[in-house]
This record gives sequence, structure tokens and C-alpha cells, in this order.
Amino acid sequence: MDSQLLRDLKSLLGPEAVLHRPEELMLYEYDGSVEVARPNCVVFPRTTAEVLAIVKLANQYQTPLVGRGAGTGLSGGALSRKGGILTVFSRMNRILEIDIENQRATVQPGVVNSDLSAAVAHAGLHFAPDPSSQKACTIGGNVSENSGGPHTLAYGVTTNHVLSLEAILPTGELIRIGSSALDTPGYDLLGLFVGSEGTLALITEITVKLTRLPEAVKTLLAIFDTLDDATETVVDITARGITPAACEMLDGWTLRAVEAYVHAGFPLDCAAVLLLEVDGVAEAVQQHAEEVADICRAHHAREVRVARDARERDLLWKGRKNAFGAVGRLSPTYYVQDGVIPRTKLPATLRRINEIGVKYGFQIGNIFHAGDGNLHPLILFDARDEAQFRGVVAAADEIIKFCIEMGGSITGEHGVGMEKDRLMPLLFSEADLDVMRNVRAAFNPQGLLNPDKIFPSKKGCGEIHVRPLPLTGAPSA
Amino acid sequence: MSSTPPPAGRPQGSPPVAHEEAQREFQLTLSGFSAIDKPEYEDYSRCVHCGLCANNCPTYRLWGREADSPRGRIKQMALVDQGRLELGESFVLHIDRCLNCRNCETVCPSGVEYGKILELARAQIEQKYKRPLVSRIARDFVYRRLLPYPGRIASAARALKIYQRSGLAAVARAAGILRLFGLQNREKLLPRIDSDFFFSALGKTFPAKGTRRARVAFFAGCVAQVTFSDLNRATIRVLQANGCEVVVPAAQTCCGALAAHAGVRDVARELARKNFAAFLSDDFDAIITNAAGCGSTLKEYAHLFNEDSTSHSRAEKFSAKMRDITEFLADLGLTAPLRPLPVRVTYQDSCHLVHGQKIREAPRRLLHAIPGLDFVEMPLADQCCGSAGVYNVTETETALELLDRKMDNVQQTKAQIIATANPGCILQLRAGAALRRTNQEVLHVVELLDRALA
Repeated sequence: MDSQLLRDLKSLLGPEAVLHRPEELMLYEYDGSVEVARPNCVVFPRTTAEVLAIVKLANQYQTPLVGRGAGTGLSGGALSRKGGILTVFSRMNRILEIDIENQRATVQPGVVNSDLSAAVAHAGLHFAPDPSSQKACTIGGNVSENSGGPHTLAYGVTTNHVLSLEAILPTGELIRIGSSALDTPGYDLLGLFVGSEGTLALITEITVKLTRLPEAVKTLLAIFDTLDDATETVVDITARGITPAACEMLDGWTLRAVEAYVHAGFPLDCAAVLLLEVDGVAEAVQQHAEEVADICRAHHAREVRVARDARERDLLWKGRKNAFGAVGRLSPTYYVQDGVIPRTKLPATLRRINEIGVKYGFQIGNIFHAGDGNLHPLILFDARDEAQFRGVVAAADEIIKFCIEMGGSITGEHGVGMEKDRLMPLLFSEADLDVMRNVRAAFNPQGLLNPDKIFPSKKGCGEIHVRPLPLTGAPSA
Repeated sequence: MSSTPPPAGRPQGSPPVAHEEAQREFQLTLSGFSAIDKPEYEDYSRCVHCGLCANNCPTYRLWGREADSPRGRIKQMALVDQGRLELGESFVLHIDRCLNCRNCETVCPSGVEYGKILELARAQIEQKYKRPLVSRIARDFVYRRLLPYPGRIASAARALKIYQRSGLAAVARAAGILRLFGLQNREKLLPRIDSDFFFSALGKTFPAKGTRRARVAFFAGCVAQVTFSDLNRATIRVLQANGCEVVVPAAQTCCGALAAHAGVRDVARELARKNFAAFLSDDFDAIITNAAGCGSTLKEYAHLFNEDSTSHSRAEKFSAKMRDITEFLADLGLTAPLRPLPVRVTYQDSCHLVHGQKIREAPRRLLHAIPGLDFVEMPLADQCCGSAGVYNVTETETALELLDRKMDNVQQTKAQIIATANPGCILQLRAGAALRRTNQEVLHVVELLDRALA
């Protein structure tokens, strides 16, 4: 990296806020996924003015620039694929304003998702998007990835909860988009910027909606002896016009891994469970909970448990929210796939995933947001074995191709990042992709900001290239 | 297994080795760790770098840097083991800066035993890294020449007592000598030396009041015997009042926690063996400690020994009996009548109780059992106060920054008394109350119970 650029960054931010030695950079080559890419330097701004100055320097030195929150992403969105400057927002973590009456808050991008909810809980409010990493992930990251979570089914994804943004374009202009009003005149730029995976702007301030905590909540656990019964229950519940706040499914194998960690009393011998939540006003919740339980029983649920208090409810959710990590106990490495299908295709898709697991010889666990057809198959493997890694990529691709055949999509909430850029042509034509590339070029003309993400490089069109081995704890051989 | 690198090429005519063996040889050559007391792949690779730990880590919350987060520290261990990162200044800095509070273990969904691998990483530093001379002398003095010897602790304490009581301390403060050396805040962290050391209780048996419900051994600690004699006596009184006969075995010694945390494992092992001899010769219902930091190590003595050794099985026997005083009393159930204590109390979770031993409810249940006591939770009660064993001495600036944040949260509760469950935390919080001039009392949960004894 240009040593003059490093000097400029240090005089701008102070030497302590600029990392450039290899031993420091190695710790920014990973996120929560299996992707690996290392920046040339890492900077920690504290203010919008500092971010603006960083962007101007990146322009001056024609250096790639990538934003990063807590690094919990699952598609390599916050990794520097072409080196350059990685801008980490962990020190821009102040809640700037909380407006209880108007149910909104303005935050810096590095504020942790659950910290915002904790800060407004006394007023009976919360920030609704609840990705499973909410204890650590940042709101800036949520906005960039348009994160969802178990309660997406009823409450929507991040974009439904963002009112306005302050952002810095890669060309060095500070802009504000959206407004505190629910509808903003002009183009819907919020819709464009939220979920742009850090390719259009660095976000420096976010105004979000705060949602009232429901008056009543009931959480149910329905236990099934076959996967088909569980999946058909999901189809039936939604067909009856009941929208649960959450409808999560874990297969029996995953559940056993989770139980070993949370000790929530999950049954160890079942084929699948559904974690269902209904919320709203007390009377409706009681009635809906009973209806949901009846539907589960009609589909041969062996047992339907209702959490009796907040503690039991938290325990059930702890199992779900920590499910990915709990699987880490069973295997040195796992790969999480993120696919979407219409929920009516759940039974067929799960059967197919099992077949793919058998075909490639992998244990695949299934955890997913069943209500919106968002699948998270977890493929267990050992990253030290190169053949296994290639097998995993092939199996994961096969699952995604099946999702597309079923009328689904290649990602539900983890983003495309550097993980699925090569799969985009399976979903979009070259003309479709060009429209998106042109939009990116309008804001990010030189491609300095988060380069080589989302879109496949033109020359590799159609061909699926094999990614390098990840270095998850594996000795470098 | 040898830690010296084998020659680059295989000698002519030697038989071809199997691929796996070659691979293993290669890895051994590359690793920056020695083969003894190292973080094992099976342990550190359980970390799937999901990052859920980051926001629970006190040092990450302070600085926002990956290198000072649990995930980053584990990654650095993996990199050293892979030979990609030198076991040098940078590695040592970030491993030293860890409080070992183990909050990350509470939040880790993958069940990474962070405390265990951190201590092994420190054992590697101890073996392979040459610290600056002053640091070497200080560490050697504290871990090898002072803590293992009760007699020396008593002598040092007497000297410190003379300083504190003779007016020398007041003179030093008034003359600004401490300020000159930047020690004015550090002095507040120093324990006040007791007038009557606890050593005299060693070898004694304290009878149960009323019907005997249990017969327990009391683990008295090392430094605690010269600075927390009152706490130790209060602990014994509360146990007696609740029907326990309390034996204080004479042959006991320091638990070795500070040595183990610092990677000085040979000393920790030696101390552990002495304690096995002191406590396993008799059949107690439980061994009780009032120091969560000690308790956590005492319960994990097995980590210090190879699985097939006799010491390992003795460690397991010992640890099976170990109980924190709050855990023991909450399980046994209080039978002693308690009079009302109309005070507002907040509770600071001691890291080695809540994260190390997973005991969150017991101390709160005991506080709730005191009539008239107004218990108020503080926000982020299970974030470290910065005490962390010797951390407030070795990393004073960071410890005081954490203490400052802690006191902000304490003040929100308007509590008159801060309760906690570990002597180290008591000292740190007393310093916090002194620095802010809040006039708050800082007490162990068991001291509040003692006060409430009718």
C-alpha cells in the first residue's frame, strides 16, 4: 500500500486508528462466513467528517474502499476482495437521538442491534429486525445487507424500518436520503440503498422506526415425527390466514446439537420441531395460539408445548438464535446455505436436500424461517480437507439450483457478497444484470467502493469458478 | 515430539513416509507453539468465527478492534499454531490485554472453552517469549516467590500495614509522591491490611449451630487471609448459623488461580497437589470458597493435568466437592433466622462466578432472602469491573476505564451497598466508590447475610 496514503490516514485519524501491519490485517480477512480476503489497511473513524475524508483519500489514491460493522456477515460483504482500505464502524457506535413519542431513533452505523432495543425497552419499544446475530451485529450492517430474522415474517426486513440515511458516496459527496415522513417525494432511494451490500455508499447515520412491543406473546413448540408433517403444517397455517410473528423450523438432527448447548428440554428423538410465535392484543393471541396448536395436531404433531413464562420463551428462542454456533460443536467447519422457495414447496425441497446430502456424503442440518420459505441448510465438513470443501461447494450449489427450479431465489437474507456473485446468472439475464450494474455505476462509477461484489465479472460469465480454500483454523499446508 | 525444526530435506535413502504423517510433521515444524501446554486444534477450531462474542467482550467494547476480541484472540492463536503469525510482541500484547473474564463463554453458541485455551496460550508465552527484565522479575517474584508461601504473604502484609497505619501513606499522598509516579489511583486499588490475620484459624473446626446439616471444609485463600479475614470469618459464621460444621484444613495453600491465569502452570500444578493432600484426606460434604476467582480454578483443576494422570483423577475428585459459598447456601437453603436490612443493594456479577462457574441466580436469591432489602439490578451487571485478578495492577489504565463505566451503571441504581461475590471485585469496586466519593459500601453477599443474622 502507498506509504504516503498511510501517512495521510494516520495524520487524519491518529496512528492508533490505522492498522496496516500483516499481523493486524490477518484479523480482518474473515467474517462470519467461510470467505477470506485481506485488506491493505484498516481504519476506525469516529465521525462523519472523518469518513468523508477517508473517501476523499481513497479517491485521491484510487484505492478500493470497503465498509464493515461487527464482521458477523455470512456472504463476505464486509471483506476487501481487492485490498485497499477497510473502514470499520465499531467506534461510531453512539445512539444520537431517541424520540419516544414519534417512535424513532437516530444512530451511528456501529450501534449494535440489540443495544438499541435495550435502550428503548423501558418505553415498551424495540428495533424490530432481529437477525440471529443481533447481540453483536451493527445497524449499519443490517442496513447494508437488509437483514431479516425470525420475526421478519410479521414485521418485515430492515428496509421496512429505515426512515432516512446519511451516507457518503464513493465520489465523496455527503447525501441524505429518505426523511422522517413515511413517504418521501422523489425516487425511493432508500429502497435502493438499503440492501445494496455496501456497493453504493458508506452509511454514516441512520434514522430507524421503533416498534411497539406486542401486548401479548405466545410461543409454541410443536414436535413432529416426520419432516413432511412439519412442513405441511407450515403450509396449512399460512393458508388459513393466520400470520404468526415467527414460524421457525429445526430438523431433529440440528435440534439435538442445539439441545446439548441450551438444555431447553427439546426432544431428542423427533424428526422436526416448529417454533411458532403469535403476538398482538391479548384476546387475539390466545385465540390464534389455540388455532395454531389445533393445526399442528391435525398434522400429527406428537406434542404442542406452550411457553408458560418469559423465561421458557427465552429458552426456546435461545435454542433457535444460537443454532448455527451450536452446530460448531459437532464439526470443525460448516457452510450455511441461504436459499428461498415458495413455502408450498417446503416438503419437496427438504426431501431433495436430504438426497443431496446422501449423494455427496455430508451431514446436512436444516434450520429455517419456514414461514417465509427461507432455508438455511448447514453442511458440516472439515475445512482442512480440500476435497471435502469442493464437495460442499458443489452440494450447496445443487441445493440453490433446486431452489431456483422451485421458483425461489439464491439468497433470502445473507446477501450475495462474494459468495454468490457467480450464481447471479442463474436468476438474472445479462440484460437484468446490466441494469443493476448501471445503477451501481451511477453512484460508484469507478467501482472503488466494495469492488467485485454481487455481480459476476463479465468474462467469467456462465462458468462457475471454484473458490480458494478457506483458512478456518486449518494449518496452512 | 520435538519443537526444534527438522532439517529441510529428508535424508537420502530414508523410507517414504505416509502422506498424513508428512502432513503432521510439516504442521509441527510450522507451529509457533511448543508441544507442551498448547491450545489444541480440537479446542480452538470450535470457534466458527460467528462474532457473537464481540459485543460481550469488555476490551472489544472499549476499543472496537478485532485483535482485542475473543474471536480475534482465538484467530491469533490459530495463526501462531499454523505458523502464519509469530509468537511475538503483538501476540503477547493482545493475549495479555484479555481480562480472562470469560463473558465470551457465556454468549458463545459453539461452546468454545475460551478460558482454557487462553491460559494455554499464556503458558506458551511463558515458555517461548522473553519479556522485558522488569516484567520478568516482577512475575517471578509474585508467582513463584510470594503467592505460594503463606509466611511471605504475612511478612509482606505486615510491611504494608506499617505503611498504611504509621502515617507514611498520608505523608506520601500529601507530598504528591504517588502522583509523581502516577500511582495515586493505583494506591486506591491496594487492599487495606487486616489487623488480625486469618492464619490463626487454620487447623480449627467451627461447630454447627443447632442440628448439623452438613460438614464442610473452608478454603481460606492466600492474600485473602491478610486482607479479607473479616469476610472469611463472616463466611464461617453464616455457615455455622445454617447448620454447617466448618473445618479449616491447616495444610491448605493458595489455589494457584493467578499463576494459572498467567500461564505459570508448573506453580499452579504444585499448589493444586498440595490442596489435594489438604482436602482429600477427609470426607467433607463440600469444600467452600467465598472467592469466585479461586473457585473457578479450583473447579477446573483437571485442566492442569494430563487426562491419564493420578493428579487428574484427584483433581476431578476435588472439583466435584468444590462449591461457591453462594451456590452452596442457595442449594442448602437458609435456615438461620434473618432480621430486616432496609438498604438498597445492587449486585455486580463476579465474572468467575457468572461466566466461569455459570452461577447467576444463587447470589441474587440469597439477597432476595434478606427481609427489607431493596434489590435493584444495574444495567450490564455481568460486564467485568476491571479487577480481573492482577489486571488492575498490570493494565491499570484499562482497568480504571472499565471501572468508570461500571460506576456509571452502579449509580443508575442509587444503591447504598454494592454486593458482589469475589474479593478482587470488592477491592476494585471500593476503589470505584472512593474515586467517585459515593460513600457506598462494597460487600460480599455473604457479609450481608452475616449482618442480617438475628
